[in-house]
Amino acid sequence: MSLAGQTPAALSGTQKFASAIGLIGLFILVLAVANVNFPNKALFLTLSLVLMTAGTVVFANDLYRGKHAGIKNDGVWFKSMTGRGLWAWFTGIALTLFYIVLYWFPAYLGLTEDGPNTGVISLFDPLSYLINGGPASQWFVYGTLYTLAIFIFGYKFILKYRNNRYEVLRTFSVMFFQLGFAFLIPEILMRLNQPYFNPANIWPLNYDLFAGYKINEFLSAGNLGVFMLVFGLISIFVITPILTYKYGKRWYCSWVCGCGGLAETAGDPYRHLSDKSLFAWKVERWVIHSVLVFVTVMTIAVVYSFLGENAGEFWLTRDIFLWGSAGLLTLVFAAIMIFKRNELAKDAKYGAVGYLVVILAIIGINYFSGNGNIFFFPGYQLREWYGFLIGAAFSGVIGVGFYPIFGNRVWCRFGCPMAAILGMQQRLFSKFRITTNGGQCISCGNCSTYCEMGIDVRAYAQKGENIVRSSCVGCGICSAVCPRGVLKLENDSPRGRINSEEVFLGNDVDLLDLINQKSR
Amino acid sequence: MEHIVIIGNGIAGITCARHVRKNSDKRISVISAESDYFFSRTALMYVYMGHMKWEHLKPYEDWFWEKNRIELRQDWVEKIDFQQKILYFSSEESLEYDKLVIATGSVYNKFGWEGQDLKGVQGLISKQDLELLEENTQNCKKAVIIGGGLIGVELAEMLRTRNIEVTFLIREKAFWQNILPLQDAKMISAHVRSHGVDLRHETQLDKILGDEKGHVRAVITESGEEIECQLVGLCAGVRPNIDFIKKSALETERGILVDEYLRTNIKDVYAIGDCAQLREPQSNRNSIEAVWYTGRMMGETLAQSLTGNLIKYKPGNWFNSAKFFDIEYQTYGKVSANPGEGEIHFHWQHKDHTKAITIAFDASDNKFLGINTFGIRMRHEVFDRWLNENRSVQYVLQHLREANFDPEFYDGYEKEIFRSFKENLQES
Repeated sequence: MSLAGQTPAALSGTQKFASAIGLIGLFILVLAVANVNFPNKALFLTLSLVLMTAGTVVFANDLYRGKHAGIKNDGVWFKSMTGRGLWAWFTGIALTLFYIVLYWFPAYLGLTEDGPNTGVISLFDPLSYLINGGPASQWFVYGTLYTLAIFIFGYKFILKYRNNRYEVLRTFSVMFFQLGFAFLIPEILMRLNQPYFNPANIWPLNYDLFAGYKINEFLSAGNLGVFMLVFGLISIFVITPILTYKYGKRWYCSWVCGCGGLAETAGDPYRHLSDKSLFAWKVERWVIHSVLVFVTVMTIAVVYSFLGENAGEFWLTRDIFLWGSAGLLTLVFAAIMIFKRNELAKDAKYGAVGYLVVILAIIGINYFSGNGNIFFFPGYQLREWYGFLIGAAFSGVIGVGFYPIFGNRVWCRFGCPMAAILGMQQRLFSKFRITTNGGQCISCGNCSTYCEMGIDVRAYAQKGENIVRSSCVGCGICSAVCPRGVLKLENDSPRGRINSEEVFLGNDVDLLDLINQKSR
Repeated sequence: MEHIVIIGNGIAGITCARHVRKNSDKRISVISAESDYFFSRTALMYVYMGHMKWEHLKPYEDWFWEKNRIELRQDWVEKIDFQQKILYFSSEESLEYDKLVIATGSVYNKFGWEGQDLKGVQGLISKQDLELLEENTQNCKKAVIIGGGLIGVELAEMLRTRNIEVTFLIREKAFWQNILPLQDAKMISAHVRSHGVDLRHETQLDKILGDEKGHVRAVITESGEEIECQLVGLCAGVRPNIDFIKKSALETERGILVDEYLRTNIKDVYAIGDCAQLREPQSNRNSIEAVWYTGRMMGETLAQSLTGNLIKYKPGNWFNSAKFFDIEYQTYGKVSANPGEGEIHFHWQHKDHTKAITIAFDASDNKFLGINTFGIRMRHEVFDRWLNENRSVQYVLQHLREANFDPEFYDGYEKEIFRSFKENLQES
């Protein structure tokens, strides 16, 4: 039904057929939620997953195969699903409700504490027994669907950007880390009676890694457990700084991370919905750094109370830990202030100093107050609140549920504390930047529009300035959609990474020298 | 306080306004009848194709102008009194100026074809043209585009996204062959055709036929062929938008004549961008260059002169870019479409016909003159430097990797290109 003169929003016959197949697969899950007791669970589960996969694959093939490789954004803003139309709202609300049930009412999905599962969770029991040897939980169901989504929408993404090898490799990478590290390794560890551990889920994104129960779990699991704990520490304090220095935060956010993986695959059709205004950028900086402070304070609190409950068992006493943490934070901020103060905008400086003072003050007050609590509250309570507000409500319900309305990286941009740490490093101590190609920018705005992190890329490119922003996850789409070959993601010498010329390359050489010297 | 008034809120006028503000506290007014705010004209096509919405075309947020004390005024200038330094608007208001900058851009050419004013016949330059196109392509099945330039190929791409059959009539032997060497032009022609466009070389328009309601129904080519259509895109070049000023004391030719400081014949009146015609252009350059980049550079330069730092307009090495459906094009330096005696071309094309380069060099001393690159991104900075350093073609080809600007993990073709150069040109 391709009527001439119509906006390119309509689905082809094949695409409608493919949608129907996929929806039938999804409908089996819905029936299971409604407690339809399928006779052969393994068969129906397989059928459901295969139908959803087939639907997506056929849809993607029809959409992209047999057409020229290149940018495929025709009609993005005309389509209801990707232009905040009725379908977008419908999908957003359905996803949000799913997350609410998943986090807080898993019994509705059929989770049964004592006794066999029912509902959709029981449908996944056969697969769960196969992989981890036990019945499924709501998290097993979620993990399976999550991994499937990254694979099938990853396939679509690869077809869409098949002309761009950076995008293709990056997508294979997130598929690998999701299937291996996030899904199979932890489940197999469970089967072997070892602690649940996903090596790619680094603190503070994995805010529970240093919680008391988790540390006990690791310590009681012998050498392997200790290795996991040590690996967790090395990940954030050694591996992360080195890789971020060399490649920018993209090595994690768009090559490894599961949240990023879903955002880049299933969330790709919504990347243009992010808010590019200066106001949104201000909100972003306050919110994400507040979450970082929250998770830091919370983690210090839980470790502090864990050490209190296990006094005398470790060389690490509460005093050493607390003063050690305070010292480390002070060192980090001092280093930034001493070496990088010239590169920091004024409000970033205020923010950093403010946060440091707050953290130190809280530690100080409680250290000298002498009661058993820290930070006015017991540590476990802070952790519960963090889990509810940030771990569930922010990253799940708002982060993924609102993909079709606010874009695919809301959590990564406004909430993820890991992204905040990586971002600080990327802004201050990294070789990564997006290079602007001389004076070739025509201010068209494709780069800004398709930046999922809401960076106004054009604002830099049209000044001939490189883009060095803490929030950039290095997805590479700005470079891909640029019609004039202006943007390139690069790792190069940190010297001259942040440039700012007032007059463009291509104009009078004397004028360039004169003006640019004056502006320095 | 001195009042600088700029007519036109395109890239030239706005760049000038921004730089005047950077360097001074002068009062600045920008007048436009076209749009409330500055937008990127080069991106009009993406709104029609659904890649972006109108708001995405605005490079600055709406609060920017007030914050920077740049007064925007939406009105049409009817008359200018150069003696009294007053502008008269169609709204019957007026505005006094101390210095006047005319940056009114281009309009599309109409060469007096029969039927050129029928409904459904239009060009594509302004915001209003885009709105008209949206209206003209409701229930449109077939379109004919006249003239093979950059706007023509953009219009073809736009119409194809709406499943409109496009016949594309161009005068040259291959697409844009008045600018591109024949081999480059042929490759682009083939690519345009592969997107389902009926591209007709060496075909010119004779007249446009209408129906009883005054709407276009077909065109007739010079060879007498009738082609049915509901839309005719007039894309046979642009000319300076200076009709409103033609009968004044301002000296004009095709455009408003300006000297090397961008001054017109009237004191305190300047012209920049597409509407300006240089009395004495640099060698190798045209007197009118209607591209985004020159508009911007003129704006940058004039702002210096207006704020007390008198500077000549002296653009550096020529560069430009475009995109033909999926093939990106960049050029640095000078590559003639039809090279004369002293200019040799080395051409390389990838076997998939989406990547190619053409390098021009001097026959006598092998000096590198310029490059056209298709489907391979190159660094502006590097080529600008090589041109300034008068590098030889051998040097450029040996160091081509340094200039590569493709995304990471892309295949490099430098070795293949170098080998091809040695085999085809070095031996003779």
